[in-house]
Amino acid sequence: MSKASAARRFGGVSGLSRRSATRPPSATGPLLEAAGVSKAFGGVAAVDKVDLRVERGELLGLVGPNGAGKTTLFNCICGQLRQDSGTVTFDGVVLDGLPTYKRARLGIGRTYQRIEVYPELTVHEHLMVAERARRGDGRLWKDLCNRSASRPEELRHVDEVLELIGLREVQDTPVSALGLGLCRLVELARAVVCDPVLLVADEPSSGLDVNETAELSQVLRTLQSERGTAVLLVEHDLGMVGEVVDRAVVMDLGRIVAEGPFDEVMAFPEVRYAYLGVEG
Amino acid sequence: MEQFLGFAIPGVPYGCTYALFAIGLVLTYQATGVFNFAFGAQAFTSAYVFVYMVQDWHFPVWASFLLSVVVLAPALGLIFNRFIFRRIPNTNTTAKIVMGIALLVGIPTLLPVILGNQNLYNAPTLIFSQSTVYLTLAGYPVNGQDLTVVLVTAVVLVAVVALIRYTSLGLQMRAAVESRRLVQLNGVNADRVVSVAWAASSFLAGLSGVLLAPYFPQANQSQAYITLMVGAIAVAASASLRSLPLAALFGILLGVASLVLQGYLPTQSIFYSSILPSLPFIVLVFALLFNPGLKKLDDNKDPLASVDPPAPPRAATIRTPRVQRFTQIAWYSLLAVFIVSMLTWMPRNWENVFNSGLAFATVFLSITLITGMGGQLSLAQGTLAGVGAFTAAQLANHLGLNMVFGMLIGAGVAAVVAILLAVLSLRLKGLGLALMTLAAALFFDSSIFPLQSVSGGQGGINLQESWVAPLNLFAPSGHPFFVLAMVVLSLSVIAVLLVRKGTTGRFLSAMRGSEVGVGGVGINVTWQRILVFALSGAVAGVGGTLLVINQQNANPAQFNYQLSLAFVVIVVTAGVSTVEGAIQGALGFVVIEQLLTYAPARLQGLSFVLFAAGALAYAAHPEGLVEYFKRRTILALYPAARSDARPRAGGPAARAGDATPVVTTTGAPMNPTAAAGADRE
Repeated sequence: MSKASAARRFGGVSGLSRRSATRPPSATGPLLEAAGVSKAFGGVAAVDKVDLRVERGELLGLVGPNGAGKTTLFNCICGQLRQDSGTVTFDGVVLDGLPTYKRARLGIGRTYQRIEVYPELTVHEHLMVAERARRGDGRLWKDLCNRSASRPEELRHVDEVLELIGLREVQDTPVSALGLGLCRLVELARAVVCDPVLLVADEPSSGLDVNETAELSQVLRTLQSERGTAVLLVEHDLGMVGEVVDRAVVMDLGRIVAEGPFDEVMAFPEVRYAYLGVEG
Repeated sequence: MEQFLGFAIPGVPYGCTYALFAIGLVLTYQATGVFNFAFGAQAFTSAYVFVYMVQDWHFPVWASFLLSVVVLAPALGLIFNRFIFRRIPNTNTTAKIVMGIALLVGIPTLLPVILGNQNLYNAPTLIFSQSTVYLTLAGYPVNGQDLTVVLVTAVVLVAVVALIRYTSLGLQMRAAVESRRLVQLNGVNADRVVSVAWAASSFLAGLSGVLLAPYFPQANQSQAYITLMVGAIAVAASASLRSLPLAALFGILLGVASLVLQGYLPTQSIFYSSILPSLPFIVLVFALLFNPGLKKLDDNKDPLASVDPPAPPRAATIRTPRVQRFTQIAWYSLLAVFIVSMLTWMPRNWENVFNSGLAFATVFLSITLITGMGGQLSLAQGTLAGVGAFTAAQLANHLGLNMVFGMLIGAGVAAVVAILLAVLSLRLKGLGLALMTLAAALFFDSSIFPLQSVSGGQGGINLQESWVAPLNLFAPSGHPFFVLAMVVLSLSVIAVLLVRKGTTGRFLSAMRGSEVGVGGVGINVTWQRILVFALSGAVAGVGGTLLVINQQNANPAQFNYQLSLAFVVIVVTAGVSTVEGAIQGALGFVVIEQLLTYAPARLQGLSFVLFAAGALAYAAHPEGLVEYFKRRTILALYPAARSDARPRAGGPAARAGDATPVVTTTGAPMNPTAAAGADRE
């Protein structure tokens, strides 16, 4: 059985089929498509029949007031939650039922609203974990044969990302000693190391100051322009969203209430109602 | 029907014993947020002191009850709260479990040290006379003890439900469990509320202990209480650690089911001899697997958890390069002296002691792997060692396979059992995982290890010299075994170090921080967990085989669950995150045990007490108390090593003043542990 056929046979998501933004897409059409996705907790519909498309290389903003269902939708896309109904397709692969790690191997990178970092590791070690996971060639037998040392190409790739995100100065600092804002950047860098086709960023500017937010916007644009990474951005800082996104989708009470160019969308009465609670 | 009732009715008072303990466990969990592994030990303490006072000091029963239950039991609870559990952040589930286990191991061994190791038969009953039959139901004579137990269980249930549900104190207790700090913001003295909760639950433990003492042959045998407690854990888990009435009901049902099955099952069947004794543990496994209420046991509910200081770092990360170098040089020097001594002048009895220490060190390395590296608290490592040992012994016994080769097969079988355990525990972590592994250890203790075909029965399997030929491992000098043990331990240490340094170690380090984050970069968390379980099972299997070769006998008592618990306590004290910790713990344990053979008989259990006391510092020093003092000693001897400390937030290095200032680039140092709402010790 060839490597490629083995990958297909095991769902196309084994270590052999890791995708990245630098590799050609395997299918045409939208990169990510969520069709009729619903998720309820108890009797409350957090996400209600949502249809969402992210095109290749697009920077899409997903905004809405607290409790709109944005993070729940993210969790359904990334596999942390299983949707009650609907289908999520990524790059031609139906994701339903796939665990998070397989979705990540397909090329979906993610940052989290409540940060998820590894406090014991330094920033550099943090990224090395992601880099080794991206390459997918870590094996127990290699560990036991002392063949798991960091390789030059791994170190080079990590250094590039440290430079890109601006974490070079703190690369040897344990993550537990970093402030919240830097931890968000570490999360972002970790996702970027995996060379994602789609970066799902959940409130990445939360905890950052104005300058850092501006730098973050620049990083997101660089990812899009230089690496062709599509970005699905949830953010409460509407100023930042307006600056970076190509298109915006507004959610409220689990439903999409508007979508289109950011400035136009924000003028929609439904959006004003969602944010301000007043008509018009 | 009459026959059924004849079996079922005695099951009611029997079930009430489970119910009483289960109510106590649920009350402690609901009112303090701690799953109190020490509950059985607290019950044992009151029972021991109660019977001791009545029999040795000839105190009246009422006065003994007053002192042992009304005074001593709540006082113990208050001490536990004040000096141990109050210092543990809400989020640190592992520390709570480790402390509970340390108390469970330490208290029963401390009592004989204080009061002497005499037999305490015929514990007096409290209300009604045990020798009087008050009524007969379906042919079963209900005596005063049965009546007392049923009556007290009913009263306790009503009183505890009323306290928790219908009083403002109960409301404050439930709120304080969620967040002490938030309750304090509402003007409630949370520390006092939690203290009252500890006093109440400890009173209940004491009452249960004294009440149930007449059922047990001797009040100075803690095992009966601990076994009863594990049965009660199954009952409490079935009630999701939440519902007191359900806990009581399930307790009674478990008692009735046990006695009905005991009555109907043929006494020669395997179900009678092997499955029935494990019924509570099987119930516990099913509860953990299928009760959705237990899925989120470790979820942090404290909205103010983010103000907790960062968790103290582990040994490997707080050693400065110079301390690390100093430690390495000291270790290599000691190793050289040790090897030369063992092969030249060491007296034979001490050589055997150290040989035994090397075997224990290999078993303890498995705890370094699973707990120190994998972040998973397994209470079944002794059991896995036993699986390896019995496999090798039986292969030698039946097939004539040399035990050194059998050791490898034993390691494989232990790894397979560990994998099964990992698969059963996939959705569990923290407390759930600890309970699952404890249930597995007890299942093996009660159902698998006693089988003639597995362990050769109570007496075990006496090893033959030919089984280890031509290595002559039973030579009186001990040298051949020493060489084998050193080779096996060295290979195990090298393997563990390579795994820690390699990809697997990196992934495990990351997993200890955030399993969600690890999954998000494409790492298969499930596979990593299975891998670390398998590795630790294999190492435990190797160590277990070494242990039985050293003792020339393999019997179930060498691998019971109590030793599994004690192993965890020893390794945690010595340092769970380093391989030296395992070796220090093992050698320290056997040396102290040997020294105690020269001391009076009542001090025999002191080694467990010492290690348990050390483990109580786990929350403050997760790197291990021995490791902490070792580092301080090195810094005192070699002050220059302070200068190149790595930066750390709020950890021991920073507190000891031996680190450079904490690096904070944006705002205050964060606490990823609390922010993510997960348990990371």
